[in-house]
Amino acid sequence: MQDFGAAFGEAFRLVAAFDPDLFEIIALSLRVSLLAVFIAAAVGLPLGATLAVARFPGRGGAVVFFNALMGLPPVVVGLVVYLLFSRAGPLGALGLLYTVTAMIIAQAVLVTPIIAALTRQLIEDMKPEYEEQLRVLGAGPFAMVMTLLWDARYSLLTAVLAGFGRAIAEVGAVIIVGGNINHVTRVMTTAIALETSKGDLALALALGIILVAIALVVNGLVMGLRDTAKRMGYA
Amino acid sequence: MLDRVRMSETEDHDGILPLVGAGISVRRNGRNLLDNVSLTFDGPAITALLGSNGAGKTMLLRVLANLVEPDTGTVQWGGRSPDAARAPRLGFVFQKPVMLRRSVLANMKYVLAAVGHDRASRTDRAWKALRWASLDRLASTPARLLSGGEQQRLAIARVMATEPEIMFLDEPSSGLDLASTALIEMLMRGAASRGTKVVVVTHDIAQARRLADDVIFLHQGQVLEHGPADSFFDAPKSKQARDYLAGRIPDSPTL
Ligand SMILES: Nc1ncnc2c1ncn2[C@@H]1O[C@H](COP(=O)(O)OP(=O)(O)O)[C@@H](O)[C@H]1O
Ligand SMILES: [Mg+2]
Repeated sequence: MQDFGAAFGEAFRLVAAFDPDLFEIIALSLRVSLLAVFIAAAVGLPLGATLAVARFPGRGGAVVFFNALMGLPPVVVGLVVYLLFSRAGPLGALGLLYTVTAMIIAQAVLVTPIIAALTRQLIEDMKPEYEEQLRVLGAGPFAMVMTLLWDARYSLLTAVLAGFGRAIAEVGAVIIVGGNINHVTRVMTTAIALETSKGDLALALALGIILVAIALVVNGLVMGLRDTAKRMGYA
Repeated sequence: MLDRVRMSETEDHDGILPLVGAGISVRRNGRNLLDNVSLTFDGPAITALLGSNGAGKTMLLRVLANLVEPDTGTVQWGGRSPDAARAPRLGFVFQKPVMLRRSVLANMKYVLAAVGHDRASRTDRAWKALRWASLDRLASTPARLLSGGEQQRLAIARVMATEPEIMFLDEPSSGLDLASTALIEMLMRGAASRGTKVVVVTHDIAQARRLADDVIFLHQGQVLEHGPADSFFDAPKSKQARDYLAGRIPDSPTL
């Protein structure tokens, strides 16, 4: 019990002292997850909006597919990306396994279906209200997708933040494709897993505190966005 | 971009008038919402489309605007089937105005961009239209925070600014105060005098009398009367029109 209290004290000291090792890990985590979410948004937003607006054979199947991918376990994503990038895999020649790039790709794969599925739902809910107005203006499918994406911007940002929350907190994918190499591919979640198993609770707790703080900030942003949207009549 | 604006000014042979509906029927759930409706809109003048709730007025406008495919019959714009390219030449003010999740000014500019105005002329025209509709002091307000009447005015100004050949207005002044109603009537008259064909659905008989050059009376999906406004209001031919004008429930015994 004393150990535990001491660990907590040390954890806060590490955070307060801007411990360089600690902040190297935090910076890498943020870099990986922000880039992954950026890629996932660039793919998932137009993909989801297109699924909501377009009518093509097999659309129902595509919707179910992306909804199912939303619940994909990170370790499975990690495993698939690992198989792609492993030496014998189809993309093995790129030599990306155990690199930051592989981690970004894995998290992007994890988050894209989340953003796409949420976007599809949001845009589909908004479409009936807009459809006839846009059609009398002669808007084609592309103009319709762009207009709906812009007019749903507040809710979509919330979806993107949800994706970020999932990326920064997952451990299964990055540990498999990144390998948790010290100073190279070690991020917050993989560091917590390792340090805890080693018994170095102080660093693990310090990272845990930061992760919780990030979750709080993300949720604060989501709430702020909701309030702003409501205040502007955009809900 | 400038070329595009100039193009659209010289493209008059490519217009959508006369707008013709021939033998239009729309069936839903075994009921005829529209029953063999034929009519021609040619400008400029104001046509009032009258009929009790559920007569099919909104459905008729949606079919003529190419938003709903009729089950039988055809719609022709300027002698050809409707197409998206000419859609902006028809302005439609919906019964429930659709406000984009943007400011009043941005709503205005969006519509102008959609019909092909370049950035510079967009700003000019947007402000002009907002002043018309007395909405200029609300330019930066989110459009969805406007009152019902202000939204209706914005919806009308948005359509006016695109200078369509024909305008459909579906109950544009329901729920508006007298000043807003007068303003909207002035806007409609102004559009008609500039050469726009105006088709307006209203339940305000006095308004229809003030505005309309001719009247179409719709009853249970059928056009029962179509003729000059004076003769319609002074001597309606059908019993249904007499009932409607007198505010009687159709076919109910007189008390
Ligand atoms: N998509 C639809 N499916 C089934 N019935 C409809 C549909 N749209 C309208 N109706 C019905 O058609 C009738 C005419 O509607 P509408 O054109 O809106 O009447 P109004 O003359 O009051 O504008 C109403 O009874 C309405 O319930
Ligand atoms: Mg109606």
